[in-house]
Formats: sequence, C-alpha cells, structure tokens
Amino acid sequence: MFKKLSYKKQEKVIVCLFLFVPLLFLIVFTFLPALYMFRLSFVEWNGFSGVKKWVGLANYIEIFKNPDYFKPLLNSLYYFVGGLLQLVIAFYLAVLLNSKIKGKSIFKALYFFPFLLNGVAVSLIFIFFFRPDGTLDSILKVLGMGGFIQQWLGNSKIINFSLAGVSIWRYIGLNFIVFLGAIQSVSPEVIEAADLDGASEWQKVLYITLPSVRSIMELNFILTISGAISVFEIPYIMTSGANGSSTFVIQTVNTAFKFQQVGLGSAMAMVVLVIVGIATIIQNRFFKEAE
Amino acid sequence: MKNENYTAMKVKHTITSILKYASLILAAIIVIVPLLVVLFGAFKPLKEFSISGKLDIPKSLYLGNFVTAFKDGGMITGLKNTVIIMAVSLTGTIIFGAMVAYVLNRFKFAGKKVILGAYLGAMLVPMVTTQVATFQIINFLGLYGKLGAPIVLYLGADVMSLYIMLLFMESISVSLDEAAMLEGASIPFIFFRIILPNLKPAIATVAIIRGVAIYNDFYIPFLYLPDENKRTLSTTLYKFMGPYGGQWNIICAGIILIMIPTTVIFLSMQKYIYSGFVNGSVK
Repeated sequence: MFKKLSYKKQEKVIVCLFLFVPLLFLIVFTFLPALYMFRLSFVEWNGFSGVKKWVGLANYIEIFKNPDYFKPLLNSLYYFVGGLLQLVIAFYLAVLLNSKIKGKSIFKALYFFPFLLNGVAVSLIFIFFFRPDGTLDSILKVLGMGGFIQQWLGNSKIINFSLAGVSIWRYIGLNFIVFLGAIQSVSPEVIEAADLDGASEWQKVLYITLPSVRSIMELNFILTISGAISVFEIPYIMTSGANGSSTFVIQTVNTAFKFQQVGLGSAMAMVVLVIVGIATIIQNRFFKEAE
Repeated sequence: MKNENYTAMKVKHTITSILKYASLILAAIIVIVPLLVVLFGAFKPLKEFSISGKLDIPKSLYLGNFVTAFKDGGMITGLKNTVIIMAVSLTGTIIFGAMVAYVLNRFKFAGKKVILGAYLGAMLVPMVTTQVATFQIINFLGLYGKLGAPIVLYLGADVMSLYIMLLFMESISVSLDEAAMLEGASIPFIFFRIILPNLKPAIATVAIIRGVAIYNDFYIPFLYLPDENKRTLSTTLYKFMGPYGGQWNIICAGIILIMIPTTVIFLSMQKYIYSGFVNGSVK
C-alpha cells in the first residue's frame, strides 16, 4: 500500500498516523485535567450534582485563611530538610564507594535496592518498624537504650521526623547511584595528577569530586523542593495524615474525594501545580546551563 | 625520622579505612534490618510471632502465612490485575514512545516545535494533584472501576519514555534509513524493521523504569479501582491492614511476596537497572 506513494506523501501519512493517538492521550489525560482543574478551582461543587456555583477566588482565599489547609504545607519542611540530608548522605556514600573498598558491588546493590520497592510495602515495613514494641523498640532494648523508646508514630512532635526518615530510606538509592555514576566518570588522570601534587583525600573530594557532581547536585536540590511539596504516599499509607503528619497533598486529596469539596480541592491542587511548575522550570534552566 | 613518618601515615591510613568501613556497614545495617525483621516475621506462625522477640530468627520455615496472604488475602487476583495492567501499559508506552520519537527525530513538519513544547510542558503537571479533575474525565469516559482507567492514565501522562527514546534515536544513524530507501523500502518498513530493532536498549530502559513505577503505583489503582476483584498488588497489600491488623505475621508475608518479583528482576538485571535509572534521571 505504502510502496506506491512517494516518500514525501508517505512521510505526511506517517507523521499524522504516528502522532495522532499519543497526542490525543497526552491532551485528554494531562492537559485537559490541568485546564479543567483550573476552572474547577473557581467553583463550589460536590463532584456529582449538576450545579457548579461560581465563587471566584473564594477557594484560594480559604486556603490561605484557614490554618487547616495551609498548615500541612509547613510539614513539607521536614521532608525538605530530610531531602537535603539525603543528598549529603548519598554523596558521602558514593565518595566512599569510589575508593578502594571490598564488597563494592554488594554495598552498591544494598543502597540502591530500597528505591525499587513497592511504596505500600515500604510503608508497612516502617509501620512495623516504628510501632510500639516493634523493630526499633526491640533494637533499642537490645542495645540497653530502652529509655529512649518513644511513640514514634503517636507523638505529634516526633512523627514527622519518623516519616521523613522513611522517605530518606526509600529514595536515597537513586541519588546515590546517580552521584556514583558522575564521580566514576572523572578521568583517572586527573586523580593521578592530584596524587602527584600530594593532594589529601579531603582535598580531592573538595576540588575534584564535588565539582564533578555540581550540576547534578543543583538538579537534585530543585527536585527536593518539588518532592517535599508533593509528599503523599508514605504519610497517607502509614498514618493517613493523623497526629499532625498531614501533608498538603493528603489534605488536597481528602478535601476533593473524602469531603467532596471539589472546587476547594482543585484550588489546593493548583497551588501545588504552580509551585512544582516553577521548580521544574528552574530545574530545566539549570540543566540547560550545565549542558 | 623517615620511619616515624611512615608509621604515622600508616596509622592514619588504618583509621580512615576503619571509619570508611564503619560508615558503609552502618548504612548497610540501616537498609537491611527493617527488611530482615519482616522476613523473619513472615516465617513465624501467629503463636510464635506473638511471644518471640521481633529480632529472633524463626524456629522453622513455616509457609502458612504466605499461603494465607496469597490465597485468602487476594494476592492472586492482585497479581493477575497487575500483570494485565503492566503488559498493556508497557506495550503501549513503548509503541507510543517509539512512534513519536521516530517522527520527531526524523521528519520536519509544521507544528513540530509545538509538540515538543507540549511534551516538555507535560512534565510540569504533577499527576498526584491533577487527579481531582482527571477523576471526572475518567468517570465521563465510563472507565471508573475498570482496568482501562490506570492503563490510559499510564499511557497519557508519561513523558519520560519519549525522552529516553528521543535520546536513543539520535544515536541511530540516518544513513541506515537512507540505505533502506535506496532499496525502495517503505517508511513503515523502515520503522518496524530498522528503527525498532535498533531502539532495543531504549525499550529495555523504558520497560525497566516504567515497569517499576507501574508495579509500585498505589494511588491510581487506589483511586480508580476500588472493587475487590479489580485490586492490584499494591492496593491488595494496603487492604491487609484492616482484616490482618492483629496478624502482622501475615502482613509480613504479604510484604515479602510483593517484593519477590522486584528482587528477582533486580538481581538478574542489576547492570541494566543501574544504567537505566542513571540515564533516565539525569537526561
């Protein structure tokens, strides 16, 4: 069928044919929802009645006036600081594994493995870990530090630290493996030259290794921001946002689906979209510069 | 003098070495212990589980918990649904990605920049939050409660696959296409017989990254597939907390079961997985 057409004509047919369905999917399931959500953020609606009442900016005002809505946004700070710590630890482990070490591939596999695990499984593992008389309490007892036992998921002053810790455990593997890749791509001649000049281990890290991962560091720093804003799965599964562990996205999901305030939920979702959007744009800028 | 210096250096070297290994082993313990305790728990019958310490090694290799989790817990159904969703979404994502990447990389046409921009723009839209509105669209299309819902969403909101494919397309020389054209091959022939086979590494990367993401996804099936017989592995395991809340030995078995495929694939394809994720996240 195609053979009879000239290449110019074939090209036109193929361009249309190959783009049509994928673009249709992209529009219907990515852009349409975003636009529709923007519109819904100005109405009051329970999600199923025929009446959508136009309320203008009332939903947005509600978010920033009512502490129930904006307070969970502050919990993002725990995950942001946790995320920075995660970058530092991942870099440290990558530097260590780049030196002469026995059992390198085993360590590498171990540190990366949690990243591949199912989020529900990770959440349950850590409910088991933190629950009273669970893994952590048992370890503390064995070490003779029973006095330090806390309500890890019950105390509202501690819960966010516990959850941010789980987040580090789950995601550090990716940072680690990316850093390791970047560090290993530093040419051995540079290192040899530094050795000849009598550079110490510390100096080599500071002046050779760190600059080699700089752009990736910056990229990940931005990702940490948008990641901290959109935290959802771990606290939702582990605590359903109880004991002061709610996040902005949990609050959004509950507002829209549990309390059926679709308009308000949409406005909250728009706030996340804008913050993540800005972070992503900055990230792309950084990335382009690095190129 | 020289000797003293040498000993000092040696001592310093030994200390750094010890510190290095101490850090590495500590990190390894932090990774392993939470998992190991769950593995131990999965092999303990309820009675042993209740009286033994969490860190105690199980007395026997009791498999009853796994049977309960798999059969009564509904993990069979979960596995079936997960496999269907993964098979269709991955095939679709790979075909979509390859087609779009081929067209965008090889041909010049009006609106090309707009399309590239659209895919770039799609990266700005966080999936978790737009579900508030996506939900209405899925409902409107009559897909709510059907396996089709997660499938179309995984296909329609995936930019990563295209980027990986585009990157690999650049490395496939245009001279291959031109040679085939001289022989009179049609463009579909070139795509299916020349481009697709050459895209194999990209296809593997996409299959790994997207496969892991879809297998592990909780939120989409949780939102769109509430029926018991439509649950995926993730949502099945999530529901364990209710009926098995008092039987953590069974929850532990469920956790281990869901981790088995991941572990097997990781151990057998380690190299591809590392490079897949490194390429996928940096580029």
